[in-house]
Amino acid sequence: MIIKATATALLCMATLMSTTASADPARQAMLVNTCVACHGDNGNSVGPAIPTLAGLSPNYLMGAMLAYKYPDADELEAVIDADLAFEDVEAFNRYGTIMNRLASGYTEDEIKMIAAYFSEQEMHRPEQSFDSAQAKQGKKLHTKYCEKCHEDEGRVADDDTGVLAGQWAPYFLYSMADFTNGDRDMPKKMKIKLKEIQDSVGHAGFEQLAHYYASITD
Amino acid sequence: MKKLNRRDFIKYGSGTVAAGAVTLGAPNIALGSTKKVVVVGGGAGGAIAAKYIKKADSSIDVTLIETNKEYYTCFMSNEVLGGDRDISTIRHGYEGLKKHGIHVVHAKATGVDHDAKKVVTDAGDSFGYDRLVLSPGVSLKYGVIEGYDEAAAEIMPHAWKAGPQTSLLRKQLVEMKDGGTVIIAPPGNPFRCPPGPYERACQIAHYLKHNKPKSKILVIDAKDKFSKQGLFTQGWKARYDGMIDWVPAADTGGGVTSVNTAEMTVSTDFDDIQGDVINIIPPQHAGHIAHVAGVTDDSGWCPVDLGTFESTIHAGVYVIGDASAAKGMPKSGYAANSQGKVCATAVVASLNDIEMTDPSYVNTCYSLIAPDYGISVAAVYRLAEDRSKIAKVAGGLTPSDASAEALQREVQYAYSWYDNIVADMFT
Repeated sequence: MIIKATATALLCMATLMSTTASADPARQAMLVNTCVACHGDNGNSVGPAIPTLAGLSPNYLMGAMLAYKYPDADELEAVIDADLAFEDVEAFNRYGTIMNRLASGYTEDEIKMIAAYFSEQEMHRPEQSFDSAQAKQGKKLHTKYCEKCHEDEGRVADDDTGVLAGQWAPYFLYSMADFTNGDRDMPKKMKIKLKEIQDSVGHAGFEQLAHYYASITD
Repeated sequence: MKKLNRRDFIKYGSGTVAAGAVTLGAPNIALGSTKKVVVVGGGAGGAIAAKYIKKADSSIDVTLIETNKEYYTCFMSNEVLGGDRDISTIRHGYEGLKKHGIHVVHAKATGVDHDAKKVVTDAGDSFGYDRLVLSPGVSLKYGVIEGYDEAAAEIMPHAWKAGPQTSLLRKQLVEMKDGGTVIIAPPGNPFRCPPGPYERACQIAHYLKHNKPKSKILVIDAKDKFSKQGLFTQGWKARYDGMIDWVPAADTGGGVTSVNTAEMTVSTDFDDIQGDVINIIPPQHAGHIAHVAGVTDDSGWCPVDLGTFESTIHAGVYVIGDASAAKGMPKSGYAANSQGKVCATAVVASLNDIEMTDPSYVNTCYSLIAPDYGISVAAVYRLAEDRSKIAKVAGGLTPSDASAEALQREVQYAYSWYDNIVADMFT
């Protein structure tokens, strides 16, 4: 879906994003201010269970917020289809404890502004404790199963994948638990890869990946 | 244009100003057109207002007046009572705010002169302002419960302002015999941190269950219902069955009306009840300086414009956090944080003579029932069109059928929430 995106669509998207983002910086700051007491300054969380949002792609961020806002898959699809700005958004049903309660408090336009802001911030990869041997195993798993989509050791955001390198390990493990027990949907390819990891090394594989991504601080 | 002039003035005029300052020997000399904001109170609201004003417009001269050099957050202080957390982990300093260029003054604000637009401190200094932000939290109303005054609070701690009072209550719990009775007496509404007394019951029960299992907790409430009641009741039953006894106001004729520190008893209209450790959480109103400044009304809280937090009594004075009557929002740390940011935006807009953007507010509030059992309430708010209330547009509680895994995660989210909110305040 992402690959199919034409240059025109991307350009159109970029124009829209920048228009929304710069149209009202004061309003954007006001909205973002409500997020950062939990998600950290500029979206760089200093609490390991809460994900860093800084540097994620706008499509990824919008997809996450829309999925929290519209738990009903049909409604979610209709919302995405109805708005050109969401053309390249792939939204997958997402489990939440708090965000599923909060997201519906924001309009689609506000979600665009919030996503635009965090996507423009630089992600700081925190120092996390990790086990070198596990990280080494994790690196092998990443190269074999994940790197094809999560490029550059999981650093790349602009292909709308989740940034894995330097994301908080506890949050990563929550996500993997949600993916594998069916609480969070994912692309078909990813589902296949996760199953392959589970079949070959079991849940320990996700722990190893967590150590690996935690080890990346640059 | 205005901004350019100001910059030019500072750029070319700094030598003159410095010389003037030396001659006059005054620390607060007016720097030409530099706009000044004084913030009183360096807690969840005030620290944020000071920082976000400075962040939004660094040309504004911001002074934060706070009595204490070290701030103990009320949030997570119940975990100190439960013994899982050391009090040093909720202690924070003001160095981070100074790095933003905020003048931090450790003194007690004792007066506000609205005509001269200045705040006076107990050190005898005065600080001029163009806009004043008050974030004084709550003052405890001593004497409403007969016999409960400041001296009584050293025997029956309130621990409703974190710090030495928290340590005192913790010490009493540690020294209490197994089989003792802990009395908690929560106040009527409104008060700081509505779920706090009930989380406290959990944290104390957590300690007693593992250390003094024959002990009991008696919660003698001045209300008939309370925040997150269903979830707390469920948690008490799941984890501390038979240990916590909550007594609604209806059963006592309105809760605790008097205390006797010599006898270690509390009295209701019907009964005298003895406790081994007694935690009185007295009724509250806006922090002292708000009364001195004359921005409170008959309710004891501060009426404000809900879109800016500017006092409806004194223009140019803003009140945020627990002290404000922020109709629709609870008196919580995150609410104060959110209000601090809305207020900062309003103050900066007002000083630059521009229209303020529409406000947006959030509250997230976690309560820890046990080390692996957290619950929460969260909401997004917008200003009602007629500005009569801060209206909730989304949100809700932890579902009552949440899985064990979800409850466990909420504890970890609570800890990370804490890490981020204190970083927001102090770094």
